[in-house]
Amino acid sequence: MSNNINGDDGTPGFGVYLHWPFCAAKCPYCDFNSHVRHKPVDQREYVTGFLSEMAAMRQETGPRTVTSVFIGGGTPSLMEPQTVEASLNGIAKYWGLPEGIEITMEANPSSVEANRFRAYRKAGINRVSLGVQSLNDADLKFLGRLHNVEEAKIAIGLARDIFPRLSFDLIYARPKQTLDAWEAELKQAISYAADHLSLYQLTIEDDTPFQALHRAGKLIIPSDDLAADLYDVTERVTRDAGLLNYEISNYAVPGAESRHNLTYWRYGDYVGIGPGAHGRFTGDDGFKHVTITERMPEQWLDKTRQTGHAIVEREKLDRHQQGDELLLMGLRLVEGLDVPRFEELSGRTLNQEALNNLAMDGLIEPVSNTRLRATQSGRMVLNSVVASLAG
Amino acid sequence: MKPMTNTPLSNIRNFSIVAHIDHGKSTLADRLIQQTGTLQARDMKDQLLDSMDIERERGITIKANTVRLEYKAQDGQDYVLNLIDTPGHVDFAYEVSRSLAACEGSLLVVDASQGVEAQTLANVYQAIDNDHEIVTVLNKIDLPAAEPERIKEQIEEVIGLDTADAVEISAKTGLGIPDVLEAIVKQLPAPQSGDRSAPLKAMLVDSWYDTYLGVVVLVRIIDGEMKRGQNIRMMGTDAKYLVDRVGVMTPKLVPVENLGPGEIGVFTGSIKEVADTRVGDTITEDKRPCTNMLPGFKPAQPVVFCGLFPIDADDFEDLRSAIGKLRLNDASFSFEMETSAALGFGFRCGFLGLLHLEIIQERLSREFNLELIATAPSVVYKMNMTDGTETEMHNPADMPDIVRIRSIEEPWIKATILTPDEYLGSILQLCQERRGIQTDLSYVGKRALVVYDLPLNEVVFDFYDRLKSISKGYASFDYQLAEYREGDLVRMSVLVNEEPVDALSMLVHRSAAEKRGRVMCEKLKELIPRHMFKIPIQAAIGGKVIARETISAMRKDVTAKCYGGDVSRKRKLLDKQKEGKKKMRQFGRVEIPQEAFIQVLKVDS
Repeated sequence: MSNNINGDDGTPGFGVYLHWPFCAAKCPYCDFNSHVRHKPVDQREYVTGFLSEMAAMRQETGPRTVTSVFIGGGTPSLMEPQTVEASLNGIAKYWGLPEGIEITMEANPSSVEANRFRAYRKAGINRVSLGVQSLNDADLKFLGRLHNVEEAKIAIGLARDIFPRLSFDLIYARPKQTLDAWEAELKQAISYAADHLSLYQLTIEDDTPFQALHRAGKLIIPSDDLAADLYDVTERVTRDAGLLNYEISNYAVPGAESRHNLTYWRYGDYVGIGPGAHGRFTGDDGFKHVTITERMPEQWLDKTRQTGHAIVEREKLDRHQQGDELLLMGLRLVEGLDVPRFEELSGRTLNQEALNNLAMDGLIEPVSNTRLRATQSGRMVLNSVVASLAG
Repeated sequence: MKPMTNTPLSNIRNFSIVAHIDHGKSTLADRLIQQTGTLQARDMKDQLLDSMDIERERGITIKANTVRLEYKAQDGQDYVLNLIDTPGHVDFAYEVSRSLAACEGSLLVVDASQGVEAQTLANVYQAIDNDHEIVTVLNKIDLPAAEPERIKEQIEEVIGLDTADAVEISAKTGLGIPDVLEAIVKQLPAPQSGDRSAPLKAMLVDSWYDTYLGVVVLVRIIDGEMKRGQNIRMMGTDAKYLVDRVGVMTPKLVPVENLGPGEIGVFTGSIKEVADTRVGDTITEDKRPCTNMLPGFKPAQPVVFCGLFPIDADDFEDLRSAIGKLRLNDASFSFEMETSAALGFGFRCGFLGLLHLEIIQERLSREFNLELIATAPSVVYKMNMTDGTETEMHNPADMPDIVRIRSIEEPWIKATILTPDEYLGSILQLCQERRGIQTDLSYVGKRALVVYDLPLNEVVFDFYDRLKSISKGYASFDYQLAEYREGDLVRMSVLVNEEPVDALSMLVHRSAAEKRGRVMCEKLKELIPRHMFKIPIQAAIGGKVIARETISAMRKDVTAKCYGGDVSRKRKLLDKQKEGKKKMRQFGRVEIPQEAFIQVLKVDS
């Protein structure tokens, strides 16, 4: 086991995503596929399911060189270290786990979970992403988090010592949050010396308790203008601290970008294992194939037992869809969109008039002869930028 | 039951009902149908004579309808009562006049708590002009607020009718309905003359298109008989038809052997379009024509024009066919193809008024599933050119070069408004703002009766809506076209992101231009969503900007998180966004939602 993680080779790559679908409690803003079970689940059953699904997916992808692994959730830090180890062994068995690739796990910064950090490290995890969310106890409560700031600090310290790489998440643009308060909180977060931060503006997602509150007028989030100002503050403070805003909501010390997530944004291939996981990989026909598995954990288990996998939705994307997806993802990156690759995947060229207009409005700019990116202000209105370029 | 034919003249009563909207005209008609047993209970539904969905929903009558009632009176004799139901709204005044011409009497229905309204006045005066006998019916006397004695006084004072024999009823509960039937028989006259052996002479009262029967023509027989197999001639158009069916409306079409003098009924004769029949025309026998033609009516002229464009350019042909189908049954609206730089291909349509416009638009979207953009309504202007010629202009986009125009004339109306006293001040202010000239102000009990001369182009904008909101719905309004007058009119254009939007240009009076321009810009600022760039909105006369607003650029719409599991959903959202874009109109780089075109005209000034 090495402390050195391979650097980014700049390719889209091939990632393996594994989903652990359980949480101790559901957070009111979260629309992820997570479930609360009051009886402990038998984790060995899920290991069996994972391995069986891996075997089935391996049939579809053929041999590939894995460039990263990501265990997300849910709350993966509720997994027993043996469950993690067995899952990684499965990936090694079906695709191989090259030395030094990034293997990330999401974790909650509560004391219980922090106690397992060493065992996770031993199982092969070399990067942890902590769901800190806020450095303010009142806001942690509001966000429905089970930890407090003190626990988070301890978990951050521990993770920094144990794992070669550390990232943590914060949610901002919270109700009543001022520019000054956020700047102070962000500076404090940066002082904890993580090499990577994911800084998300609070978004009201469909079918969440926050949506109901929002609709009832009981939860008021900052206006788009204030949200844009908060984003500007974030950009300035992180830049001053030497962090690169390499993707809309992600900030890293150069070289510490998430290899796994770069695969998504570069529109690389990935398989999704576990309940409700999405995969997207290039088939023999040269087109991207989408797999989506059963969301409900118990039904997912049943399906893996019956048919070896729990894929419930498959889609072969056409050029048009591939082009749109590459735009959606690629323009999120500061390194920009690989234009020749766009042309290859979509079978078309970008609309020159739309490009000229966007450039005139200062929303996009060339990075090189072959790369195009959204500017700082363009990234903030990316939905509209993408819509004007989409086919 | 086989309908009676050969009814003696003395046992026929032809009547219409004059009433203000909501005063219970259609309910009374329903009760009369019920009371006379014309329809079985299972066939009864509310507002029987209002056959269109829009009529039922809005509680208004658009098309005149007719029903033949058979009634055994207290004198022991059987009577045929022909009711021609008429629209109450001013836009359909021409339908009222032709219906009245086919009858000898009218029921004046007045809400016993509300009293006389402006439309009641206009219609009852028309009935009096047609030499009608009038039976006054006070409706809704079961309501606690009913004041029949006061309302009777009001009717005597304002209209000058004797109310000694007025009938008090509640159409809702059925109270007094038998008295109405007796009053019709006793107080209204029978048709005056009619020679059954003379050559056929009949008045074409109305016509409509029926999917199964083709064009159905409503006639009032003056002399002679109409029967199946007869060769007839329309004297005005000189068209000949073979009568293939004669019937009466009960209100379903029931065939009869013949129609004699004094009777009202229908016939069919392989007539293709409603436009082939001219209302007021005289129908006679081809071989044995009558000598004198009936005076006829002036055809209804469209007074309000607007462009109708499909949201989706691919729907243009569907729109053409839908408009054609509506026109089959409504000869009163006109259309011709129009091209707009902004909106593509569409039609310039002429209507009898704003309600008519709204109804046609609604029917197009409802019955034909078409999504439309309507441009600013415009009246017909007369342009006196410097070379001495005169042209009519239906569309501000067609405005000739200003240097070639010597003067512009616009239509004026005579508006009658009845309002409770407390709203008078605000209503006078509204009329003044709209360049109105007061010609009369008097009191009818506690209500003011105001008569104003107003330019029609000030009324086609939200005047009626404003009047209703100012008076909390209590003021009533009616108008007649009066004359053309010269006015200091200018064309105001609207520019969005420096691009003129031709669909929003309009003629306005110079004195009102700046205010209207400012309100338009403010309204558009609310209606056009923020874009990625800032959008100037300007109102201009010629090259001079008179009002300006700016929509600031949108600053943030990006999704915070987007990982491997989010791509499918994001792509679907993108597809939805593209669908939504189809409902927008692209002006240069700006997308304007379709409802903006409709909403912006509901200017609140």
